[in-house]
Amino acid sequence: MAKTKLTAPEGTPSDVERIKRESNYLRGTLAESMLEPLSSGISDDDNRLMKFHGSYLQDDRDLRNERQKQKLEPAYQFMLRVRMPAGVAQPGQWLVMDELANKYGNGTLKLTTRQTFQMHGILKWNMKKTIQSIHMALLDTIAACGDVNRNVMCNPNPYQSDVHAEVYEWSKRLSDDLLPRTRAYHELWLDEEKVASTPEVDEVEPMYGPLYLPRKFKIGVAVPPSNDIDVYSQDLGFIAIVEDGRLTGFNVAIGGGMGMAHGDKETYPQLAKVIGYCKPEQIYDVAEKIITIQRDYGNRAHRKNARFKYTVDRLGLKNVKSELERRLGWKLEAAKPFHFNDNGDRYGWVQGVGDTWHYTMFVEGGRVADFDDYPLMTGLREIAKVHTGDIRLTANQNLIIANVSSQKKAEISALIERYGLSDGKRYSGLRRSSMACVSLPTCGLAMAEAERYLPVLIDKIDGMLDENGLREEEITIRMTGCPNGCARHSLGEIGFIGKAPGKYNMYLGAAHDGSRLSKMYRENIGEDEILRELSGIIPRYAKERESGEHFGDYVIRAGIIAATTDGTNFHA
Amino acid sequence: MQLQVTNSPFNQEQVDLLNRLLPSLTDSQKIWLSGFLAATASAPAASAAPLAAQQALNVAVAAPAPAASKDVTILFGSQSGNSAGFAKKSAKVLTENGFNVTVSSMSDFKTNQLKKVQQLLIVASTHGEGEPPDNAISFHEFLLGKRAPRLEGMTFSVLALGDTSYELFCQTGKEFDARLEELGATRLVDRVDCDVDFDEPASGWLKSVVDRLKEAGSAGTGAAVAAAPSSDAGTAAESAYSRTNPFRAEVLASLNLNGRGSNKETRHLELSLEGSGIAYKPGDALGIYPQNDPALVDELLEATKWDAQAQVTVNKNGEVRALREALIDYFDITTLSKPLAEKLAQIAANKEALELFDASNREKFKAYAHGRDLLDFIRDYGPLQGSAQDVVSLLRKIPARLYSIASAQSANPDEVHLTIGAVRYEAHGRERKGVCSVYAAERLQPGDTVPVYIQPNDNFKLPEDPSTPIIMVGPGTGIAPFRSFMQEREESGAEGPSWLFFGDQHFVTDFLYQTEWQRWIKDGVLTRMDVAFSRDTEDKVYVQHRMLQHGKELFAWLEQGASFYICGDEKNMAKDVHRALLEIIETEGGKSREEAENYLASMQQSKRYQRDVY
Repeated sequence: MAKTKLTAPEGTPSDVERIKRESNYLRGTLAESMLEPLSSGISDDDNRLMKFHGSYLQDDRDLRNERQKQKLEPAYQFMLRVRMPAGVAQPGQWLVMDELANKYGNGTLKLTTRQTFQMHGILKWNMKKTIQSIHMALLDTIAACGDVNRNVMCNPNPYQSDVHAEVYEWSKRLSDDLLPRTRAYHELWLDEEKVASTPEVDEVEPMYGPLYLPRKFKIGVAVPPSNDIDVYSQDLGFIAIVEDGRLTGFNVAIGGGMGMAHGDKETYPQLAKVIGYCKPEQIYDVAEKIITIQRDYGNRAHRKNARFKYTVDRLGLKNVKSELERRLGWKLEAAKPFHFNDNGDRYGWVQGVGDTWHYTMFVEGGRVADFDDYPLMTGLREIAKVHTGDIRLTANQNLIIANVSSQKKAEISALIERYGLSDGKRYSGLRRSSMACVSLPTCGLAMAEAERYLPVLIDKIDGMLDENGLREEEITIRMTGCPNGCARHSLGEIGFIGKAPGKYNMYLGAAHDGSRLSKMYRENIGEDEILRELSGIIPRYAKERESGEHFGDYVIRAGIIAATTDGTNFHA
Repeated sequence: MQLQVTNSPFNQEQVDLLNRLLPSLTDSQKIWLSGFLAATASAPAASAAPLAAQQALNVAVAAPAPAASKDVTILFGSQSGNSAGFAKKSAKVLTENGFNVTVSSMSDFKTNQLKKVQQLLIVASTHGEGEPPDNAISFHEFLLGKRAPRLEGMTFSVLALGDTSYELFCQTGKEFDARLEELGATRLVDRVDCDVDFDEPASGWLKSVVDRLKEAGSAGTGAAVAAAPSSDAGTAAESAYSRTNPFRAEVLASLNLNGRGSNKETRHLELSLEGSGIAYKPGDALGIYPQNDPALVDELLEATKWDAQAQVTVNKNGEVRALREALIDYFDITTLSKPLAEKLAQIAANKEALELFDASNREKFKAYAHGRDLLDFIRDYGPLQGSAQDVVSLLRKIPARLYSIASAQSANPDEVHLTIGAVRYEAHGRERKGVCSVYAAERLQPGDTVPVYIQPNDNFKLPEDPSTPIIMVGPGTGIAPFRSFMQEREESGAEGPSWLFFGDQHFVTDFLYQTEWQRWIKDGVLTRMDVAFSRDTEDKVYVQHRMLQHGKELFAWLEQGASFYICGDEKNMAKDVHRALLEIIETEGGKSREEAENYLASMQQSKRYQRDVY
């Protein structure tokens, strides 16, 4: 076969490329900006770099107009995201995050869709103290955002503990090995002395280079039959292959991603495609080579088309695969068979191997806070104080109190009961399968509410489900305030993307196991229309569905929506 | 005032001509000219103004026709950054074509400069359901509101960005376009409305704009002379209003400068002086005649059992008012002076009350009166035996309250701004409210009028030489006159360096006029600013600590002839700042305490150390 010449798209590099180039490996003028006393904000350029340090500047948009009139700058505050591979936290780390959220943040923690903690509302002057405290707890925020490999996701299903423990170790190693190597983070936040000699450019970032990647890069590792981490939504996905209870290797999937832009059909969500299989010890090599392909050929002129999925679609899957194998110097084996059931979580107590128990708790919208009638944050704090296992954040914004010994189980159960913490069984299957991004008031990209509104919308849909006997049916419903896809909206069987305050595009037809994207069903509609549409579809589903048929499959069979067979026909 | 390119709408050539011409004019010539220009500037036809102005210049000094303006202002209202991006791109293209371009977000643009803009381009998106984007809201409100100036002589064009999937497509751009026309501005190029995919139509618009601007330039039109600054006319004439004959100023705006969650409420009040002929200078104060709190008056009426509707004579002229109204509007009911209390004690014929005035114990009444008012006295020692008239005849007329003015007339010709801290506290078991501050905070609404007059303050004035450095210390509401100073220095183009110290409780909620200081720093009008927020850190940090931190530089400024100003709290702050200043002069100047005191005294003598404290 003739070798295809691969190229990067032409065009003037985007402004972010300039910022990275001029940043001296992610330092920029951040040190000065963080001390500037007249604003609690920082410059746009520095904010771009801040992302590589796991944070960015936001403001309380609820107050924006009011404060502008008051001649006050926006209520600037930082969001800080932790890097925590596979979402595994020790109880002591939980307590540190809890304390920091209350001391410097807005008193809440957000469990993200990528299995980590986010804090909101940190003032500029408190950032260094916060990051230092996180460091002391043996966590960091490096590369939690930015044009680098992000927090590596991994199935936290503890009921398969032996395999899981092994897969977790690989995920953690991937995350650590793919970190940027610049010392900027340590100098800026941890007071590390600058090294006197200037190392050669190639030595600073041997893999990323001085410009890092054209865009963010996401890796997830799934352990079938659960696709909870939505492996197809990742730039690079690994699917664990377990034979006779033993991990033999991973299928490799490339080119997924959720984000798009309203009104721009050149942007679209895409699913990763399986290109082969490799041995466990080969995944780092595979990841590094995939990343360098994206580094070399990704689109640096247009950030909206810079994700790896567009690189794959532009160059062709086969060409990317052969370039990967060329760089590896060896060939992937043929992909092994596997099967996914769903992309949700299993709630409540589950017994693991040996003498361990795991309790999956439902955390609506991933928001850990003390609500008026639900002292979730306090309850979890009390549990963390006595817990001897670990706490795992799931990809569905929930958490698992994991590795509870049978002696401890009663004590943990008592605390769960005492604080009324919920495994979600009191809620509908729809609510248990819901996800929402942060959106308003802190996210600068949000066009409509998500986390604050989805629970209210579900209240209204619940009635419909009850009437049609669907209360326990697990239908995934996902809402984001903008099309960037933090809640993986295009993989929700019912999806909403914010367009304007109170207005959403509505999507249907994604597969329950995360293997098929949805498609837009209605554009720019408000709550009344949403409920009107669902009140037509839900009773039909209840009556017409076949045994075991999921909602996302039904709407396609019933002709309510056409199937999206590939990201490239998402808009068709 | 010496005209400069930076402090006037004129180009260098015009400035030179005017500076040659103006000093040679007699007073009557000046008056004639200002009337002539005012009349021609308000003529409806856009071309008439430049023509008439040109004739005037020709007549006066036989000047050549002014060149077509190369100045273009681009304002953008942007939510997601598209408008901002395209505005900046447009600026680049226009600059390459030889234009002098100012590009700014609408929120950064000072609306009082609008009248000086001759060629305006607007790039605006529409947000949500036909709303302006966040950074366009205030400009949009201004332009569409009644305070927008007439804009004859301006040419403009609007590029509207939007999304056709919304019902009110490009609404904001449409509104700007229609309003600019309504205000008399001339459309340079028709508005273009762009959908999400805006690049092509936007580029088309930009090309037309560039072509038209070039044509206008070569044809020698487009140069317009803005109306003469109306402030000159205002300051020239003596105002008929005074303390005894206050002007009823309309409240244009009233807003709380403290963000949510603050312990404080600081009111920014904008009052109209239109038509009053009132003139003031930075450093002057404004007197306000407040009204008493009707709730307090009602409590008083209840305590005295007086008839609210009883007619009482309020002054020597025999003016008669209903009692309740008189107590709200006319009488001072909150000051419990010794003579008043003593007479009331007699009317009450209350032995205990009379004991307060026992000559052998002068402290007794003072201790009692501290934090108490008329109502307390009546509740403690009533009932009063006399009639309502007997009692109110003892009351003095409600006095005016003075506030340091927070605006410069050069920047706001027909307005005066105040910064008023609402005073609320509890004493002797009752909620107390500052008469005027809470009147301003709770009851004065835009559209209401309030009696005001100017109280000049010659002891708090900017240095005559605009190149003199100034150091300003104004925590809390003490910031007010320094806003006026900065407005003045910006308008006059003064080049002297300036350094402001500000402090309050919390950065997030109490940084009064924050965005204005930020802009002045960015524009170089304010050279340096240091802030101290006492409740953000474990150790309380105040302005004097910041001064001491930067003592070396501060002393260097003093040595370079800087004037030093303090405004605000007298009891603690002014004394602490004074001490810090002495310490700096001692330490950094290597002086003894006495020498430092002499140093300050001589500064005071030469008016380089001025205070406005209360």
